Amino acid sequence: MMLEINTRRALQSHIATPRFETPFHPRIAALSETSDWYTWAGYKAPHSVFDEELEYFAIRSTAALFDISPMVKYRIAGPDAERYLNRLTVRNVAKLGTGRVHYTAWCNDHGHVLDDGTLFRLSPDIFRLCCQERHLPWLVDSAIGFDVAVEEETTQIAGLALQGPTSFAVLSKAGFDGIERLKPFQLADFPHEGGSITISRTGFTGDLGYELFVPAEAALSLWDRLWVAGQLHGIRAIGYAALNRARIEAGFIVANADFMTAETALRADRARLPDEIGLDWLVDAEKVNFNGRKAILEARRNQTLKHVLVGLEIEGNIPADGAIIYRRKKHEAGLVSAAIWSPLAKRNIAIASLTRPYGTRLNEDLWVEIYALRELQYQKMMKRARIVPRPFIKLDRRAASPPAQF
Amino acid sequence: MTSSDLARTTNFDAIVIGGGHNGLTAATLLAQNGRKVIVLEAAGGTGGTIRGFEFHPGYRSAGLAHIVNRLDPEVAKLLKLDTSTASGKPLPTVALSPNGKHAVLRGAYGETIDGISPAEAKAFAAMRKKLMFQAGILKRFLKRRPPEIGNVAMRDLGAFAGAGLSLITKGREEGRDFLRMLLMNAADVADEYLSDDRLKGLVAFDATLGIHLGPRSPTSLLGLYYRLTGETDGKTGAQYVPQGGMSTLTAAFEKTATAAGVTIRTGANVARILADRGTATGVILGTGEQLNAPVIVSAIHPQATFLKLCDTAELGTGFVRAVSNIRSKGNVAKLDLALDRQPAFTGVSPDDHHGRMVIARSIAHVENAFNPAKYGEFSPDPVMEITLPSLANSALAPSGGATLSALVEFAPYDLKGGWANGKAAFEKIILETLELYAPGLSKSIIASNLMTPADMETHYHLPGGHWHHGELQADQLLVNRPVNAAAGYTTPLSGLYLASAGSHPGGGISGLPGLLAARHILSGDRA
Repeated sequence: MMLEINTRRALQSHIATPRFETPFHPRIAALSETSDWYTWAGYKAPHSVFDEELEYFAIRSTAALFDISPMVKYRIAGPDAERYLNRLTVRNVAKLGTGRVHYTAWCNDHGHVLDDGTLFRLSPDIFRLCCQERHLPWLVDSAIGFDVAVEEETTQIAGLALQGPTSFAVLSKAGFDGIERLKPFQLADFPHEGGSITISRTGFTGDLGYELFVPAEAALSLWDRLWVAGQLHGIRAIGYAALNRARIEAGFIVANADFMTAETALRADRARLPDEIGLDWLVDAEKVNFNGRKAILEARRNQTLKHVLVGLEIEGNIPADGAIIYRRKKHEAGLVSAAIWSPLAKRNIAIASLTRPYGTRLNEDLWVEIYALRELQYQKMMKRARIVPRPFIKLDRRAASPPAQF
Repeated sequence: MTSSDLARTTNFDAIVIGGGHNGLTAATLLAQNGRKVIVLEAAGGTGGTIRGFEFHPGYRSAGLAHIVNRLDPEVAKLLKLDTSTASGKPLPTVALSPNGKHAVLRGAYGETIDGISPAEAKAFAAMRKKLMFQAGILKRFLKRRPPEIGNVAMRDLGAFAGAGLSLITKGREEGRDFLRMLLMNAADVADEYLSDDRLKGLVAFDATLGIHLGPRSPTSLLGLYYRLTGETDGKTGAQYVPQGGMSTLTAAFEKTATAAGVTIRTGANVARILADRGTATGVILGTGEQLNAPVIVSAIHPQATFLKLCDTAELGTGFVRAVSNIRSKGNVAKLDLALDRQPAFTGVSPDDHHGRMVIARSIAHVENAFNPAKYGEFSPDPVMEITLPSLANSALAPSGGATLSALVEFAPYDLKGGWANGKAAFEKIILETLELYAPGLSKSIIASNLMTPADMETHYHLPGGHWHHGELQADQLLVNRPVNAAAGYTTPLSGLYLASAGSHPGGGISGLPGLLAARHILSGDRA
């Protein structure tokens, strides 16, 4: 059947919008001075808004507003929701109380990590799972045999991260009464515009901060409410470049940046077990069966883990992004996946993957090879690297309860 | 668990779920090796799909299988089946022609053939020799546990080397031919050798019986190879009906199991396989009774095992997904007729009525019969194989009466509009077809019982009504039968083993899945 050309075009309107705009886009676009956009999960998202450096300092000195609407969100509800999630994810969901959030990861049958993300327990039987990649087929197939409904709510629920030392002050000023009672990883509902929004004390910066989840239609009014309240508290809209610096300082990893997720990796040897990307502490070997349990425990028992993810401190001040790591300047040991000069730690830091036994047994005499492109000429440097614990920064205000008013 | 539950808990070394011939074979071998074994069968009697039933007062059906063509000699020996059960006179196959001039294959799959030209006889002999040689190479892999990809053992290499060697010794030509033909369709091979439509039709029928493929579908030759890996009485491709009929086989399986010390409980419906963090520990019956054992052998359909009896929480998502995707939709209907006199097929000698009669006029006939099945419709001009079970076992019919059994293709499990609506029309077509070959047959019918795949599913607890417990096709064989993570009889749950036709090598009354599974259990998972 051939459709008439106009009918056909009407059915293909998505071609005209190759990138979706988030519900907050009108506000961010109006503030954007750099017009510096990138694509995040099919959405147009700011890489920077006005100045990458200043945006970073908004996170660390005042309050930064970052649009997390493109983050993939699933609603998981039903009498078997806890049982379902306990089989799906590596952490013990039975220990996650209502009104609490935890960071977790999920694996395929081979124990390879499919993604990491945050799990919100909204009520005893209702959860929200937030992550980087899309997983609906996997989540739906995981529901075989469970009384649970899985729904993607990415477009219906808009999200904002409000991070920084004055974020608590902004929320109090905006009239979210009771916000002072939220402890880290706790969530609660607050009234907004006749409806309600969910605020959790979580974030991706290692700083004091909150994440706000709002029905898409109430998104702009929420933005305005925060914006007005934040004027005297230095509120700034920020892009991903600034957030990325903060998350490296906090030692957080990003799927498909610091490790390849099992479903996106094309090469068989790129998939990673939790223990190979620093997520071993999430795995609860004592709880009920979960996807990948057998493979993870077998790899531990047989000592067949091949990689390890570490934090590095590198001499000098040149970020070592993408650099190859050597032992004794000779034996290739791994790769730096994220690196910055940390303005807060005043250290040259990096997140790196090493091939065991480098990073586990052979920890000394590590070097990174940095190629700095300086006016069309590479300057090659061998810099000494030292394995250091993550996070690279620790801020007391992150966990202070109640947080300080600024 | 409360203390009263504990009191009702009984312990065994091994629990076998399903009292079909594979379950009984596995149970027997385990018991003969000193294990305390119990077989739990949901139905009122053992035998699985060869369990007979009365379909009309005084008339019994022998079950789904009406002829033996692949009972493994080692299984027969293990079960100490006597020769009258484990073998019999090789029965002919009559390739029926509407004009009454049939081709009759005698001996083991047509060692000699009546009713064809000498040139055709020569051509058939050449094809038979070629296929039997090639099937012989494949057979090396059917009588052993499939190799584990990534963990190939020395003995696997031995099998590969043996297969390679037997090819090489026959010359380069044979090796090339084997690789050329392995995944071909049955029709092209038949066309290559034969010119007689009756023989081509028979080959096309045998290649696709019980498989969702037409003779022109790629890889359909595998079905014929599979048939020719079967042997009875040391003769490849031979077929027989035990003295006293198929039911003596059921009884023999049960008798040897009992003699080996196996406890058999019929009417024992398993509701759940218990497991904790990767280890199966026991079963719970529909009555709530719990039985524990370190070894649980599931000799029922893999999908029933994992999707009905196991808590999917104990299995990986990828595994559940793979098991859900096992293609297992039956295509064959079984017709049992109660007749008031012996039927007479035109042009078939009285003796040859004891054999297998096949209605498949040509390759095109089989292919055209298959085509509608792709779209959820039954064949308007079906193909079928017919036996007269009461000739071997007079107890199946009252004196003077007779029974007729036919396996009819194609009858898709998911019939468009449902079988409740389509069954009568399909039965009418089958009876009209039979009448063409045995005039007067319809007048002698006292009762009929047509089992569609949907009926088989209900009657035999057989998901999809598929007697192979999953399509016997290239992607569901060897290391991928029933799925890769449960090939080789072990499963992701330690302590839970598979032993049904859904496991390697596949269906048919061979006993091999049961035998190989039990051997693997006894080897302590080492091989």
